[in-house]
Amino acid sequence: MNTKTLFYILKRILLALLTVWVVITVTFFVMRAVPGGPFLSEKAVSDAAQKALEAKYGLDKPLMEQYVTYLKDIATKFDFGPSIKLRGRQVIDVIMDGMKTSAKLGLVAAFVALFFGIVLGCVAALCRNSIVDKVIMVITTAFVSMPSFIMGTLLLLVFSVKLGIVPANGETAKGLVLPVITLSLYPMAYITRLTRSSMLDVLGQDYIRTARAKGVASAKIIFGHALKNSLIPVITYFGPMLAYIVTGSLVVEQIYAVPGIGRAFVSSITGRDYPLIMGTTIVLAILIVVMNLISDILYTVVDPRISLD
Amino acid sequence: MEKKARLLNMQVNLDEFIPATEEEKEYMLQMRPSTTFFRDGMKRLVKNRIAFISLIVIVIITLASILIPFFWPYKYDTMLGVRPGKPVDSSYNNLAPFHYGKTELKKIEAGEKVFPHIFGTDSGGRDYFIRVVYGTRISLAVGFFASIIVLIVGMLVGSIAGYCGGVVDLFIMRIVDMIYALPDMLMVILLATVMKQTLGPAIEGTVFAKIGSNIIALFFVFGLLYWVSMARLIRGQILSLREQEYVLASQATGAKARWIIKKHLLPNCISVVIISTALQIPSAIFTESYLSFLGLGVNAPMPSLGSLASDALNGINSYPYRLVIPAITISLIVLSLNLFGDGLRDAFDPKLKH
Amino acid sequence: MALLEVRDLHTSFFTPVGEVKAVNGISFNLDHGKVLGIVGESGSGKSVTAYSVMQILEKTGKILSGSIKVDGKELVGLPEREMKHIRGNRISIIFQDPMTSLNPTYTIGHQLMEAILLHTNRNKKQAYDRAVEMLKLVNVNEPEKRMKQYPFEFSGGMRQRVMIAMALACEPDILIADEPTTALDVTIQAQILELMQSLQKELGMAIIMITHDLGVVAQMCDEVIVMYAGSICEQGTADEIFYNPKHEYTKGLIRSIPTVDNDGEKLQPISGTPIDLLNMPAGCPFAPRCENAMKICLHQRCPRMQINADHQAACWVTAKEEMEKEGVCNG
Repeated sequence: MNTKTLFYILKRILLALLTVWVVITVTFFVMRAVPGGPFLSEKAVSDAAQKALEAKYGLDKPLMEQYVTYLKDIATKFDFGPSIKLRGRQVIDVIMDGMKTSAKLGLVAAFVALFFGIVLGCVAALCRNSIVDKVIMVITTAFVSMPSFIMGTLLLLVFSVKLGIVPANGETAKGLVLPVITLSLYPMAYITRLTRSSMLDVLGQDYIRTARAKGVASAKIIFGHALKNSLIPVITYFGPMLAYIVTGSLVVEQIYAVPGIGRAFVSSITGRDYPLIMGTTIVLAILIVVMNLISDILYTVVDPRISLD
Repeated sequence: MEKKARLLNMQVNLDEFIPATEEEKEYMLQMRPSTTFFRDGMKRLVKNRIAFISLIVIVIITLASILIPFFWPYKYDTMLGVRPGKPVDSSYNNLAPFHYGKTELKKIEAGEKVFPHIFGTDSGGRDYFIRVVYGTRISLAVGFFASIIVLIVGMLVGSIAGYCGGVVDLFIMRIVDMIYALPDMLMVILLATVMKQTLGPAIEGTVFAKIGSNIIALFFVFGLLYWVSMARLIRGQILSLREQEYVLASQATGAKARWIIKKHLLPNCISVVIISTALQIPSAIFTESYLSFLGLGVNAPMPSLGSLASDALNGINSYPYRLVIPAITISLIVLSLNLFGDGLRDAFDPKLKH
Repeated sequence: MALLEVRDLHTSFFTPVGEVKAVNGISFNLDHGKVLGIVGESGSGKSVTAYSVMQILEKTGKILSGSIKVDGKELVGLPEREMKHIRGNRISIIFQDPMTSLNPTYTIGHQLMEAILLHTNRNKKQAYDRAVEMLKLVNVNEPEKRMKQYPFEFSGGMRQRVMIAMALACEPDILIADEPTTALDVTIQAQILELMQSLQKELGMAIIMITHDLGVVAQMCDEVIVMYAGSICEQGTADEIFYNPKHEYTKGLIRSIPTVDNDGEKLQPISGTPIDLLNMPAGCPFAPRCENAMKICLHQRCPRMQINADHQAACWVTAKEEMEKEGVCNG
């Protein structure tokens, strides 16, 4: 790997760190804007929690000092403080618990989306303008336009309530089937279209003609020469895909009652559990930023040209 | 004559061996008439049947959402069983489509005309049809205005960056990069959550209270975060315009260069911007309904298609239609807008010509 | 028997807006070791002819009729599984734009070795050695180092050399060069042409040189075909074409070359724009732009006439001259 690539990666890492810092800062100061302070709610907080909060956040200390303390705690100990709604539990523990389930859900959904998306996209591109292609395009257009909660609720209605094939509750393994499908539909449709247009674009390139002129067999052209180049835009989609899965999981976990971080986040919003809201926002934001970074780095590996940027 | 036949193996008319006139040559060159950019694009757009149908669907839905509330006998927030001072008449609640409640049936028998509940009523006895219509109104309005805000802010910032160049441009672009890297949904949720608390008391009693603090928050957030793509786009267009202007100026006289810019380059830029805005609308609608679904959208009792769907989840076993109707409506809206936007892009983006 | 025999080839593209008749009945021969030049403007059908021979037309293109024989073997209608053994092996092609003709995500070495491994019995090590050998042959310096590099690390001229190396790696009988120097600087052009000439002498393959540059033709070609709008206007030896042109289009082309002799005079381009291949007129396709066009030119195509042993042309003006010589008509 040459120095130019290294430089590029370094730039990206710096930007990522900067973004995370901005997220933490914005979250912190925005939360402080809530009147009456974010740590007092209409319901009485338990004495123990109240004391912990005051000790932890030093709510009497000047704002900047609170901010610096908050920042330090996160950076060194991943400590986001205690939750004010879930008694006795630390925010970081709640997040980690939720992540176990959500990560499983998200990864499976991502894999499903990638696999089927790429395959369908290639099929559509190779059978361009045929019935197969047209059908794929219509279906993907539909899925790309339907918000995840719509798909989710409709699927729940059809397969769980009416047909009873899968349980509505997402707590068992079987119960995760529908959430996975719901979560993967939009990215799958998007990836299909992306792969298709990328593949069509690549197949029209001169170097494909050169390969053909050398006598390379059609299959090898598609899976060797074309696919490698076609996947480049798909890799840039990894970051946004994760962002979608994160935000999508908020509704999906609501609909299917999956005990993941998404559901915890939503209840923290409705319950105004500010430390939890802040902590979850920051953790999820970090996740997304890291994924974008990985996606950028992967890109340089696949396309040796990009480091010349 | 025989020698000729041997030479060419065919019969020829000697009279034809005189020079042809210019007109005759011109006639042979049936060149296709050139059209302007817009005429060309409009022709293609109209030919695209799917885009056309989508446009019609959007227009119908928009008109319906605007006009229906004017003559519909039910209001979206009227709980039909609730009379001040009297006990709640629950016969109005949870009616299926086209069904009547007990009280209403009695009224009909007494000779009164009771307007049917096309979509039934909800758990509070409110006519569901008008609530769906209002929800559509909200979604469309939010989508439209949010996109306008994005357009205005993006155009401002993008133009400044493009025209000024240098340090100003660099600075602005770094900010754009930053905002671009932020996970937008999370920020939106965060800001919406907070604004609900802060804006609420601030705007009470004003016109804005009716729309709800959340929607204001939504507009605010859109203006704050979503303008970046538009700004980048416009800046790119301005930069390419300047480059082409520079190139043209060195090749053609001032007047001709300006003509080329006006006739070809500017329409291209404008069309790119319009298409981008058009595709922004369904995205804004999606965000609004998403937030409403999570409870961060419009304030009750104002309905949103997202909040209607969310509420319907509770009764999904007994009243599935309450979920299906807003679901289909919003899917239809977003789908038509996307298809129309795609059609616009296919028609006006010359790079996609076959 | 000639190495390559093309008879009455018709190729069209079927697009959404109609049938584009790219090649309309052309016939020519190519002998072993000879260099044939195909000259014409953009859209004249020169590249399409080459792609038809190699059968690498786009999906929308089809050979409608005609015959293409290599050493007596008919290529038209040959199934794909047999055709791919001929491509890169017996007939190779190099393209106009070296910047886009190489796969950006594979190393040069990989792309060179690909054809070698496909068509010859060499193993990987032998293929590697052969690839390095080819790079040396085309004067690429530090060949071992270059093998590991990517196309974007090469200059335009070097990339074209790599293309040539790739094309010649399997010792083809015919090399088709589709405007190989058009996208390169003038100085590099000269180098590449020199390289091709020396390679031709050394390896003895036949070359079809497709170009719009008459200078290239003059330098390299034994025989020439002049094409316009998918038909052959005139064909013959290079000397005949240059010193004794018998088609108005050829005459126009030669007239428009700035030479030492007409230095200082106004340039004489051929007026008008190339014809629309979707709406082909009935008569000679060049007639609307021709200074000396006659009425018959607009209505009827002139059949091919034998001017002499090595020279054929299809032009009514020439036909008229011949007739006047024979003292037949009174034009």
